[in-house]
Amino acid sequence: MSWHQPVVKALKANEVRLVTYIPDNVLTPLIDAVHGDSWFRVICPAREEEAVGIVAGAYMAGLRGITLMQTSGFATLPNVLASLVVPYQLPVLMLISERGTLGDHQLGQAVVARTMRPVLQTLGIEHFAIERNEDVEFVVGSMAKQAYATQSPAAIILSPLLTKK
Amino acid sequence: MNRFDLTKRLVARLKAGEAVIGGIGNTNFDLWAAGQRPENFYMLGSMGLAVPIGLGVALAQPARKVFVLEGDGSLLMQLGSLGTVAAVGPKNLVIIAFDNGMYQITGKQKSLTAGTVDLVATAKGAGLAQSEWATDEAHFERLVDRALGGRGPWFIGAKIDASKPAGVTERDPGLIRRRFMAGILPNS
Repeated sequence: MSWHQPVVKALKANEVRLVTYIPDNVLTPLIDAVHGDSWFRVICPAREEEAVGIVAGAYMAGLRGITLMQTSGFATLPNVLASLVVPYQLPVLMLISERGTLGDHQLGQAVVARTMRPVLQTLGIEHFAIERNEDVEFVVGSMAKQAYATQSPAAIILSPLLTKK
Repeated sequence: MNRFDLTKRLVARLKAGEAVIGGIGNTNFDLWAAGQRPENFYMLGSMGLAVPIGLGVALAQPARKVFVLEGDGSLLMQLGSLGTVAAVGPKNLVIIAFDNGMYQITGKQKSLTAGTVDLVATAKGAGLAQSEWATDEAHFERLVDRALGGRGPWFIGAKIDASKPAGVTERDPGLIRRRFMAGILPNS
């Protein structure tokens, strides 16, 4: 079973129906799966900040959502995380495919990837990198549950150990 | 035209629990000063995200009209969001852009709309066919009425003066979110 199937299962189990994303090659199987599944409302905006804003607004109005991106996209988010998501206590779920490590060919990706965990730590955002297929459903489901129970954002990182190995 | 005056005219026409998202700075300060409705959300940061937040609310509650109030400087930061709104096509979303051609709150530096950028033309170019400049206060009210009664998305532009806002929003993000959610979610 590919890693994207347990992600879909965990999202459904937690009533997550909105998916916003900025395209990423590694995320393609998940993006295709949610596009082909009428459970989900799927939106591809122009920028990761927008994707987060849409999920934030939808949550406040009663619709749970997740936003998908790659590491370089996450690097565009510190201001909106620090001035909207964290202070307003919004459980925005982020699923980030990790580039820039374990064999990336782009120096830019490698440099920007090193900013991700320090930013998440500085903002106090719960984050966990999934490395094994058998952990996907548990980690995605548990992080979603905790985010909604504690009114907090969460960053679910997909390690190349999961998506590339 | 004047932002506080137009905001009061808008709020006076909201009779059905319409949600209003006030963009960062003077835009949400005047929304606050126009009366603190429980269906109002005040943005204290995340410049440019009023439209995406409003789109999220509109998607979650298609039966409720959602108004987004945004300034020219903020909208210029997230022009792509106009294309996103056009692509999604929410019938219940109304974007109102208050345009004074300046970053008023930081010292009145000129914005791009003081030069070549026309926000209504930009909205139309992004695919929002129902986009129009309000020519005066009465026309603004007619455009709001049309948006209240018809199928969106709508984009209303209004050229405003450089008056200071009529108040300042209380800066408590947690309280703002809880009040807003209580105002628009029946069981919260």
